[in-house]
Amino acid sequence: MTMPAVEHLAILPILLPLAVGAFMLLFDERRRLFKMSLSLATVLALLAVAITLFVMVNTPSDERWSTMFVYPLGNWPPPFGIVLVVDRLAALMLLLTAVLGSATLLFAMARWHNAGPRFYTLFLLLLMGLNGAFLTGDLFNLFVFFEILLAASYGLVLHGSGTARVRAGLHYIPINLIASSLFLIGVSLIYGVTGTLNMADLSRVVPTLAPQSRVLMEAGAAVLGIAFLVKAGMWPLSFWLPTTYAAACAPVAAMFAIMTKVGIYVIMRLFLLCFGDEAGASEDFGGLWLYYGGMATIAFGGIGVLASQSMQRLGGYAVLVSSGTLLAAIGTGNSAVISGALYYLATSTLAISAYFLLVELIERGQAAGADVLAVTLEIFGDPEEDIADEDEEVGVAIPATIAVLGGAFVACTALLAGLPPLSGFIAKFAMLSAVMNEAGDIDAAHWAFVALVVASGLATLIAMTRNGIRTLWMPAENEIPRVRAIEAIPIGALLFLCATMTVMGGPTMRYMESTAQILYWPSEYAREVLGTKPAGAAPAGQPATGGAP
Amino acid sequence: MMEMILSIGIGVFAASGVWLILRPRTYQVIIGLSLISYAVNLFIFSMGRVRIDAPPILQPDVPGDPAALADPIPQALVLTAIVIGFAMTALFLVVLLAARGRTGTDHVDGREPE
Repeated sequence: MTMPAVEHLAILPILLPLAVGAFMLLFDERRRLFKMSLSLATVLALLAVAITLFVMVNTPSDERWSTMFVYPLGNWPPPFGIVLVVDRLAALMLLLTAVLGSATLLFAMARWHNAGPRFYTLFLLLLMGLNGAFLTGDLFNLFVFFEILLAASYGLVLHGSGTARVRAGLHYIPINLIASSLFLIGVSLIYGVTGTLNMADLSRVVPTLAPQSRVLMEAGAAVLGIAFLVKAGMWPLSFWLPTTYAAACAPVAAMFAIMTKVGIYVIMRLFLLCFGDEAGASEDFGGLWLYYGGMATIAFGGIGVLASQSMQRLGGYAVLVSSGTLLAAIGTGNSAVISGALYYLATSTLAISAYFLLVELIERGQAAGADVLAVTLEIFGDPEEDIADEDEEVGVAIPATIAVLGGAFVACTALLAGLPPLSGFIAKFAMLSAVMNEAGDIDAAHWAFVALVVASGLATLIAMTRNGIRTLWMPAENEIPRVRAIEAIPIGALLFLCATMTVMGGPTMRYMESTAQILYWPSEYAREVLGTKPAGAAPAGQPATGGAP
Repeated sequence: MMEMILSIGIGVFAASGVWLILRPRTYQVIIGLSLISYAVNLFIFSMGRVRIDAPPILQPDVPGDPAALADPIPQALVLTAIVIGFAMTALFLVVLLAARGRTGTDHVDGREPE
């Protein structure tokens, strides 16, 4: 085949973790060093591939002016064969996955990888499923990758064992199995009506549907949407989320920060492809649901953040706030809001991930249940407090570890609450200013969005400050957590990336804007994907190998 | 007639499945999930239109006529969905047993209601 070798990079983010993950199953669990170095090499290779793809979609060459390229699997032409599509959004998500994967794997190497069997294989399969879901241009293929990442996540939720994790798994697994059933119903309804599963082809067929088929297609899209919203955690489909994220061990919870974003990504892509400005009678189908559902999720998440007694649960609710903000932003259907939302997506994912890793380090020095006790003390007062106050020293020396952890905690707080100077502020500012600058009057619904985003930031700030004071400023009672460099580096790297996004705010924002503009141009996407010719034009009667499972 | 039987079948499977997954015992939940996956598989199959005596693959040396052939894609999708559903059921069974062993109860919340 004459396909340039560089195009094969598109399949590597799927093949590489699959091959290495399967290969490692052949070896005994006790060969930890071997597995550890192999997995680290794999995630670093994935990071390199993601960066290359990211650069590629940003540098249009002479023969390929566009900013996306299409990889036909098995070399079948697009509407019939399955394609992988690397465009700016997919490249951004791949990069985000690779960054999170490297950081959390490094963190897990300090101790968590020993907590249960086959951690590395499950972790790599999760990466494979995530990458595949971001790359694929086919609805049913998307289902397969969803199942791969979910199956790996079921194993990872239970990693480290313990009753709390098994109990959380007992809720997490059935709800995702049911969502998968809904996914299948939606996909088959859409196929039954439109006769295609290719997303690009779908965006072409939708405007031409007859009214009686349109109803069925929209029903299918709605059922499909429910399946994605369960993953994205929209209220009221999100009650499983905080419990599961709080129960999962730290590196797993940090990696799960991007799992809700898979749901968001798919909704963003399909909603704008199929129900964008060019969709005719189906234009903006479901947009209001996303908008109001997203706002309800922000409110629920904000209240949850204030009410949570443990720091892991707080992280779970912060995930909900982030999901809700993104869903509502997609629901506005305004490309300037979407570009702010993409910036927010990147920064909030990194920040939540760093937060989950950090919490585990901070809590390491505390006795179990100390959180709940501290809240109770705050409310009812500590009987010994008044006596002890009198002869206490005014200044307490803060150990270096606590100082570093505290600094990271402050950075996380600023990022999640959206305070200047970090990127969380820029993200929220970009979204809100786009909402306010929309042509015409600002209606009540938009004011409600602005108010909710600001209020949820305030709730996050209050809750996290309270938690920070409680855990970081009381070093005397607690043993100082012992932190290894390998655990601090990933957190530092994630926060450093957020800081870089702040300093490089202009270029980053321009990238997000051009990404959002491409999303608003489905006919161009369809033309690009469907115009792809198979490489080397295989002779008739001798199709490329590959086929149904 | 065939369509009627198929749709009633799907409906009965789905309704029983939904009732069972709302029950408090893990065993009921897993049977409910299985029934729902049967309903879904039949539903996918029916989306290729219900036909008899139509092969899903082309014969060699015979020009293909779409009107004489069944749609092969839903059949391929069903196959994939069955395999994945089977694997997921097996995986959930393991978790269910682990939960029974750890919590000593087969309630879905891991504890008996007061």
